[in-house]
Amino acid sequence: MTLELTDYERSLIGGSQGDATAMAMRILVSAAELVGAGELVEIRSAHIDGCLHHGDGGVEFAERLADGGGRVAVDTTLNVGALDLLHPDKVRAGAHKTAMARRQMDAYVRMGAEPTFTCAPYQIGHLPDVGEQVAWGESNAIAFVNSVLGARTERYGDFLDACCALTGRAPLHGLHLEENRAATVVVDASHVPSELKARDVFYPVLGTWLGLEVGRDIAAIVGLPAATTRDQLKALGAAAASTGAVALFHVVGVTPEAATLDAATHGQVPGRTVALTAEMLRGSLARLSTAGQGGRVDAVAVGSPHFSIGEFEHLVRLVSGRRLAVPFYACTARGTLLALEEQGDAEVLREAGVEIIVDTCVVVTPILPASGGVLMTNSGKFAHYGPSNTGYEVLYGSLEDCVDSAVAGRALSSPEVWAW
Amino acid sequence: MGLVAGRVLVAGEGRGPLLRLDEPISFWGGVDPVSGTIADPRHANFGTSIAGTVLAVPSAVGSSSSSAIMLELLREGTAPAAILLGHADAILSLGVIVGEELGYAGIPILEMPVGELVSFPQGVQLHVSPEGIVTQASS
Repeated sequence: MTLELTDYERSLIGGSQGDATAMAMRILVSAAELVGAGELVEIRSAHIDGCLHHGDGGVEFAERLADGGGRVAVDTTLNVGALDLLHPDKVRAGAHKTAMARRQMDAYVRMGAEPTFTCAPYQIGHLPDVGEQVAWGESNAIAFVNSVLGARTERYGDFLDACCALTGRAPLHGLHLEENRAATVVVDASHVPSELKARDVFYPVLGTWLGLEVGRDIAAIVGLPAATTRDQLKALGAAAASTGAVALFHVVGVTPEAATLDAATHGQVPGRTVALTAEMLRGSLARLSTAGQGGRVDAVAVGSPHFSIGEFEHLVRLVSGRRLAVPFYACTARGTLLALEEQGDAEVLREAGVEIIVDTCVVVTPILPASGGVLMTNSGKFAHYGPSNTGYEVLYGSLEDCVDSAVAGRALSSPEVWAW
Repeated sequence: MGLVAGRVLVAGEGRGPLLRLDEPISFWGGVDPVSGTIADPRHANFGTSIAGTVLAVPSAVGSSSSSAIMLELLREGTAPAAILLGHADAILSLGVIVGEELGYAGIPILEMPVGELVSFPQGVQLHVSPEGIVTQASS
């Protein structure tokens, strides 16, 4: 298919909006041709996952655009960087890396992006409407904006998300198009006990299974409670996008494009139906831990994706009046921390020993104690990336188990939750 | 000698020894951007350097941050001389396109049935032309 551009889009290549936008448009056109798009689509917002320092090439790219006068053309939020800019001492990085990571984050702010530095912009007021065209990066944010909000994005990543933000355009293909959003696989969770489905600890395990077994296909999950929360869907999507390339799933009766199963499949007969069994869930649960049960716990980390206010309020109830014996990290957006300070919860959490990390998280930059050991978490995403990114062994459990273990300094779990 | 044609994803010319991987690879978390060696201990070719090779892989998988790793490899001079992919991948290609915008030397990326490369022995010097033709290089 030949890519057709509008007069305005061609003028961007010619430099009508400056050198940086011209460069962004050239890259966007190359990318659109690579995926075979016939045209570009106007977007309403962008979420840039290009702030994390992988090396100095990423800094050079961002500064080339910023120095060339680049300005974002749509509302743009920023994903995490490699530094906690509000608490710089919490990240252990050398002087060069610290300086370059800072320059990379600053360059995107200079282009007019909002310094949100969070993987969950949807928790701090950035909520695209159903059907809205957007260009979002970062795998959990992509899954959430497509699935839970019903806005439309493809899987954007480093560089292309920024080019979309500067030009206000994205290649019209994939999940931007209605016809590519139909569920092709039905996942039947109706036999899972309702007590288990009511618990937060269920959702990362379901997501881990979904990513491994459904991958790039689009699932319609039936049999989940109508009261399934946004935090639970967030955890499901983040885990699914860690173990597989899941960018969109539907939950019938819950998510916006799935009022009914028929709506989720666009009236077509699904390619296959899979009934969830206890064995499938136990397999995924086992995969989320590399450390043995009952042993020591050296640190606890929560907040991947970044913790919401609701999750913090739950944590406050669990830690109030208790003292955590091992380092306990809760990662969140600076905007969420501000709200916690205002309502007095930040103080309660710090008194108990919770370290609140903002702008970044513990699996993308060195924050955990260098001594290593066993990291306990309630996050499917931390459990997936923890061993390769931090060197820690991981232990997966509920938020309640994480707090109890942090108080005791050894792993406490509730296996009876999984009895089925 | 044998000749195989691929679909050009990123045009360019490259020359180097064939490194054929049987497993897919994720550049992010799978390749060290400074040394150009395969850094995933679970990969069958763990520790092998991809720098300067004509790298043939069934597919690139994993995070979209792989384009950032591709850019760093070009910047460090530790990138492959060419990449032959069994399945087209926009993410690695994007890393090269961005690198060329920044003035780094680019590399060709082709999509081709990598099974057709079995007639070439591992390590043989290959040449990739800007038109997407892979031939054994005269040494």
